[in-house]
Amino acid sequence: MTQILLQTILSGVLIGLVYALVAVGLTLIFGVMDIVNFAHGEFLMLGMYASFWGWALWKLDPLFTLPFTALGLFAVGALLYRLVIRRIIDAPMLSQVFTTFGLMILFRGLAQYLWSPDFRSVEHTVVAGKVAFAGLSFGLPQVTAAAGAVVTTGAVWWFLRFTRLGAALEATAADKEAAALMGIDGQKMFALAWGIGAACAGVAGALLSATYPIFPDVGASFILVAFVLVALGGFGSVTGAFWAGILVGVVEVVGGFLWDPAYKMVLVLSLYLLVVWLRPQGLLGKA
Amino acid sequence: MSRRAGTAALLAALLLAAVFPLAVSRPAWQNTAILMLMAAQLGVAWNILGGYAGQVSLGHAAFFGTGAYVSSLLSMRLGLSPWLGMLAGALVASAFAVVIGWPCFRLKGHYFAMATIAVVEIVQAVVNGWERLGGAVGLYLPLAESGFAGFVFNRSKLPYYYIALALLVLTLAVNWLVARSRTGYYLRAIKDEPDAARSLGVSLTRYKLQAIALSAALAAMGGTLYAQKELFIDPGSTLSTSLSIKMSLVAILGGVGTLFGPVIGAAVLTAIEEGSRVLFGGTGRGTDLVVYGLLIVLFAVYQPAGIMGWITGRWPGARAARREEEP
Repeated sequence: MTQILLQTILSGVLIGLVYALVAVGLTLIFGVMDIVNFAHGEFLMLGMYASFWGWALWKLDPLFTLPFTALGLFAVGALLYRLVIRRIIDAPMLSQVFTTFGLMILFRGLAQYLWSPDFRSVEHTVVAGKVAFAGLSFGLPQVTAAAGAVVTTGAVWWFLRFTRLGAALEATAADKEAAALMGIDGQKMFALAWGIGAACAGVAGALLSATYPIFPDVGASFILVAFVLVALGGFGSVTGAFWAGILVGVVEVVGGFLWDPAYKMVLVLSLYLLVVWLRPQGLLGKA
Repeated sequence: MSRRAGTAALLAALLLAAVFPLAVSRPAWQNTAILMLMAAQLGVAWNILGGYAGQVSLGHAAFFGTGAYVSSLLSMRLGLSPWLGMLAGALVASAFAVVIGWPCFRLKGHYFAMATIAVVEIVQAVVNGWERLGGAVGLYLPLAESGFAGFVFNRSKLPYYYIALALLVLTLAVNWLVARSRTGYYLRAIKDEPDAARSLGVSLTRYKLQAIALSAALAAMGGTLYAQKELFIDPGSTLSTSLSIKMSLVAILGGVGTLFGPVIGAAVLTAIEEGSRVLFGGTGRGTDLVVYGLLIVLFAVYQPAGIMGWITGRWPGARAARREEEP
């Protein structure tokens, strides 16, 4: 029994680390400019399709194309900012919500139009098989995805913490006007946040492409979890999203195991509601 | 436009709506008209909370679905008339709305909107897994004998049209009364100057709760109408986030916080939806989604005040009339 429980908990940690990476992008955008990006799951979807087409057309492994996927999604995010989001920074909350919501529908529609609603999957990946230790066994693709997610999340954390550009981004998040007075170009920072945010989701998509079905609406199941993580971890906090990812992954998988897999989202969302009601600043956020 | 001219225009519009299905007999057109009326009713209901009180709910399908499920289950299990079921659904939805609203109103802006999404997603997942409520398969309402008493009309869509129209008129009337009432004043105060309203002793939560209860009750009545028209309900069609968003979209497209904005928004949105489905859809290629999504983005970015905002911006006369309408 303990063996099974341990196996389940660790499986939860593995998927939670990937959730965290999706949420890191969302929380970054939110923290820097106070906009909730409903189209964030669609960045993940685009990352998945980029991996799929690299594999289907040129027989390239998703892990090999991953850097290109990241760069491509960075461009998509930054471009989206320049073309659309820039115009709604000072708009009322309602138009912000509907802009990103409209983008979500638009991206899903485009994916369906270009690539059909069929479920796709990447097969024969370089990383395959299982790892076993101490009587536990995990799929190697899942372990790789979790490891990749940790590395990427760590890279974002390091960037924010130890580079000048990252510090400028954090300064903009803390106080737009003061940062602008210090000579930081706010427009550039916002575009950067959208670029990095989209790239994080794109990388998560690439990491998941080996194990997850790929279809136009795939982002739907990740965006809700990402919202939960952003709220639990404290809005705008990268480290918060990371720990919240692990927590939610474990709650989801263990809850599905002990109760009923159909209700795992109920658990996760109830946890979310409980936290925002009792601690609106997030479980790990500062008051 | 004077007040008398406004009243005349309103009566003319009502008359036009009343004779429309008699002049246009094609079932497809009639069906589109019913969809427009139903979308308009939901948009007006949403507007009481979202427009006047400024609390953006993206979970209103929870109330719509409550109405649909309560009336359907009461008629299937206990043989209760769906008309009584409609009232029961409205009551249950109001109670539910107060239970949800009480903690959620502590949250502001995005946070409130996201919490309402979580609520509707939880309700959907629970109903999905609850066999006694039909689960994911849904409920097929029994084919009762056609007639007003049973709220089932097999031979013609016409009765549904008039019921939808009546429900829309009722919802508009409630909205109008709310806007003119003391509660309406306070709601606008809460929306525009929450801190000032609070410092003057306006109990924010109390008026917000009144707004959500009314809004939910009206949305639930729309849900019962939907169930009786389709004679089939499932969590995917009655309890989804996308339905919630559509209710608010109708209002934002027409003009948030205006009485007739959602009606105009519903007419335009349904026309676009059905039009793009007929023109581009049916191929499963998602062209209708592309058009729909693009339109939402363009409106949200360039015309956030909606079609009403555009009209009043162009013809200042209309704005004066509107100001009279909203004391």
